[in-house]
Amino acid sequence: MTGDVLLELDHVTIQFGGLKAVADLTLQIGRGELVGLIGPNGAGKTTVFNLVTGVYAPTVGRILFEGRPIQGMKPHAIARRGITRTFQNIRLFASRCCRDNVCIAAHQHARAGLADAVLRTRRFEDDERDIQRRAGELLEILGLSAWADTPAAELPYGQQRRLEIARALAGRPRLLLLDEPAAGLNPQESDQLMHLIEDIRQRFHLTILLIEHDMRVVMGICRRIAVLDYGVRIAEGTPGQIRTDPRVIEAYLGEEVHADLGAGG
Amino acid sequence: MSEFLQQLVNGVTWGSVYALIALGYTMVYGILRLINFAHGDIYMLGAFFGFYAPGLIVVAGARAGEWLEGVHRALHGVPVLGPGVGRLAAALSAAGSMPNALEAVLVLVIAMVGCGLVGIIIERGAYKPVRGSSRLAALITAIGVSLLLENGGVLVFGPDPKFFPQIIPSSNIALGGGVTISNQQVIILVVSVLLMFALRFIVTRTRVGKAMQAVSHSHMAASLMGISVDRIITFTFVLGSMLAAAAGVLVALQNPKIEPYMGVMPGLKAFVAAVLGGIGNIPGAVLGGLVMGVAEVLVVGYVSPTYRDAIAFVLLIVILLVRPAGILGKAQAEKV
Amino acid sequence: MRRTLWLAGVLVVLVALNVTLPQLLNPYLFQMVVLCGINVILAVSLNLVNGFTGQFSIGHAGFMALGAYGSAMFSLHVGQGWVAALEAAHVPGVVAQGFALLLALLLGGLLSALAGYLVGLPSLRLRGDYLAIVTLGFGEIIRVIITNVDAVGASRGLPGIPGWVNFFWVGLGVAAVIFLSLNLARSTHGRALFAIRDDEVAAEALGVDTTSYKVLAFVLGAFFAGVAGGLFAHYLSYLNPNSFTFLKSIEVIAMVVLGGLGSVSGAVLAAVVLTLLPEVLRPVKDYRMVLYSFMLIVLMITRPQGLLGNRELSLAWLTRRRRRAGAPSA
Repeated sequence: MTGDVLLELDHVTIQFGGLKAVADLTLQIGRGELVGLIGPNGAGKTTVFNLVTGVYAPTVGRILFEGRPIQGMKPHAIARRGITRTFQNIRLFASRCCRDNVCIAAHQHARAGLADAVLRTRRFEDDERDIQRRAGELLEILGLSAWADTPAAELPYGQQRRLEIARALAGRPRLLLLDEPAAGLNPQESDQLMHLIEDIRQRFHLTILLIEHDMRVVMGICRRIAVLDYGVRIAEGTPGQIRTDPRVIEAYLGEEVHADLGAGG
Repeated sequence: MSEFLQQLVNGVTWGSVYALIALGYTMVYGILRLINFAHGDIYMLGAFFGFYAPGLIVVAGARAGEWLEGVHRALHGVPVLGPGVGRLAAALSAAGSMPNALEAVLVLVIAMVGCGLVGIIIERGAYKPVRGSSRLAALITAIGVSLLLENGGVLVFGPDPKFFPQIIPSSNIALGGGVTISNQQVIILVVSVLLMFALRFIVTRTRVGKAMQAVSHSHMAASLMGISVDRIITFTFVLGSMLAAAAGVLVALQNPKIEPYMGVMPGLKAFVAAVLGGIGNIPGAVLGGLVMGVAEVLVVGYVSPTYRDAIAFVLLIVILLVRPAGILGKAQAEKV
Repeated sequence: MRRTLWLAGVLVVLVALNVTLPQLLNPYLFQMVVLCGINVILAVSLNLVNGFTGQFSIGHAGFMALGAYGSAMFSLHVGQGWVAALEAAHVPGVVAQGFALLLALLLGGLLSALAGYLVGLPSLRLRGDYLAIVTLGFGEIIRVIITNVDAVGASRGLPGIPGWVNFFWVGLGVAAVIFLSLNLARSTHGRALFAIRDDEVAAEALGVDTTSYKVLAFVLGAFFAGVAGGLFAHYLSYLNPNSFTFLKSIEVIAMVVLGGLGSVSGAVLAAVVLTLLPEVLRPVKDYRMVLYSFMLIVLMITRPQGLLGNRELSLAWLTRRRRRAGAPSA
């Protein structure tokens, strides 16, 4: 674990009634890392994302981003601090075209106020031009330029997943949370996704936290993996270490993934 | 003090009326997430069906009596059956002069059945087609149905108020301490309580009731269990409409003046009562109704009659700001 | 430069129409034009809340009432005096009245906007249907309060409001609300509103302060409803609380839904249609409301997205059709 810690979860617990969805979780993500978060269904992975992005406030514990506490802050404020995400169940703005979807995410960096927009001042025109340009660039990088004016609801599934990523990037985050980006993709598409994630990480100097069930993707691109089970961190280490960790294998016992873990190259 | 108790008695009586109407709102919301704006107008229809019921009874009785008299003559000489049919024929022909209690019950039943039918028509005709559309579309449809019932009522019944027949003449019973209760109020309370218990029985002890609970949790899961979601939804509407109809008749027995817009305010207030208790929650609707009734009577008695309608909205704003889920409700979190 | 030309052009057209229309149309038709204009302002302003942002506001009549009575009271107690003083100082009547009217409209609008803020801020975090009920309750409370306050005429109504409104002012109000809505729609702030409508959770996660934006839409909508109310008051010269019932709110909702939630031109079109329709249906007056409610139901069942759905009426659509019809493409 190198020096510069970007995100830190410090003994975070969240309790819903009698259920501890996440229990006493301590985790550190260093700047520039690509960390995987895996675990059986219901382990609390998306809950961790929701905690970090402010959808939930932890019952106990602190969450620090770049050294400053963010627990309890509202999601839009946390997005402005530099953390954005994609969603497990795609949450695109269905009626808007792809370009607009990405433009909306750039909203937080807009300089023009309401009056500027209504009166169409110079500042607004400049701002709008910047936003549109950046949106175009992102769509290009994600291979979505052809669909720029298509309503998001009409996109093929694979492109919808990419659009979610393009949107998350538009906010110029320093930390990107990807929630099962490979869900529903075939092996070729997963391969492309792996290259894409590595590409954007380098290009935009991102730190990435990735939830994924597809072990090929996780083992392929993550340098470090944390494993959750029933809200508790049961293991952490390199892909090699995780693959052979008996606690991890036991947690996945009975799931098809077990075979991938044991075999894996 | 005795005045306060008197107000309480009045408040609880009104409260049970609100509760009956509120139950319909809460059940439909629980199962469809729809605010049935037209529900208050069902209450109005109940009163009107009840109004026309005695006439209907007389006419129907006379016709049935005639027909049966024909059968009686055909059965002339047949032992037991013949005279039996004859007596039945005579009784039906004299339907207009049956004892008050019996007539009241019959009127209630007719109103309830009539409104149950209206509930089916509304649900199948207007609400089912928009079930897949947005919530705003459903809301507007409900508003449209409400307007249709009100204005249709003006067209069919005429805009002038009618006067419900005094089937049960009023008399006061002293409860002691200067507090009196009228026999009509007793009837309202007794019938309301009976109906509420009947509803509770249906919802918790019968298969249909359990199916209703299942559907209110998840349409998808319920249908995967073999429950016909459509039928259950219709059944829920029927139950709610019947309760509203009963409320209409009970109120009309006490306050005989009825007109096509009489359901607007009670409907709105009953809805607030349902929200107060926790919308979707059946005991909550009863609790909310009682709170609403008592609050309203107390405000009229101790503050000013002009603010009678406003208290409902004040309660609404308060509950939505303080505890939107309602007194007995549970907050529903959205899964992200 | 282009912008000022546009502005000047619009003003010239409005003044021209203001002079010519009363000559061309009989008083009845003229009244129809004015009422259409007022309803257009109501519909376009409600469209900001229900259409752009996807919220359920069903108490718009309450904001209209606040603006109407607020501006009327100002004119009656203050504005009239100022006009008299100005005219005594040889300021032309048109200018003095226009000034006083503008002031009254702005004050009415601001009063409604303030109410919108006070109502919106706590309520906009509630789920959709609950917000609907709160706004409904608000509308009714306003009406009940007005009916019980003698100073504004209570149920007798408020007569004698100076009739300063002519076509120019109505036209200006219509132009202003449409201008604001269209420019807002095609800006980052408008996009934020649409995002909230489509998926509030995602919008929040991407940096949009959803609560502030919902309140903003609400306040803007309320402001223009107040302005519409002020125009209404200063045109009819008489106010009665019965003009601001839940039914009025429903009429405005019907306009927004008929036009297509989110479409500004749709709202304009529908407002005109639904203002004229009751007049057209006058012969069947008794059946009017029944037909109206039938229309609402049928509309929701058959075409819930309204006439124009999400889109705007635009010249581009017309030119595209011409091209497809065989004219050589550019």
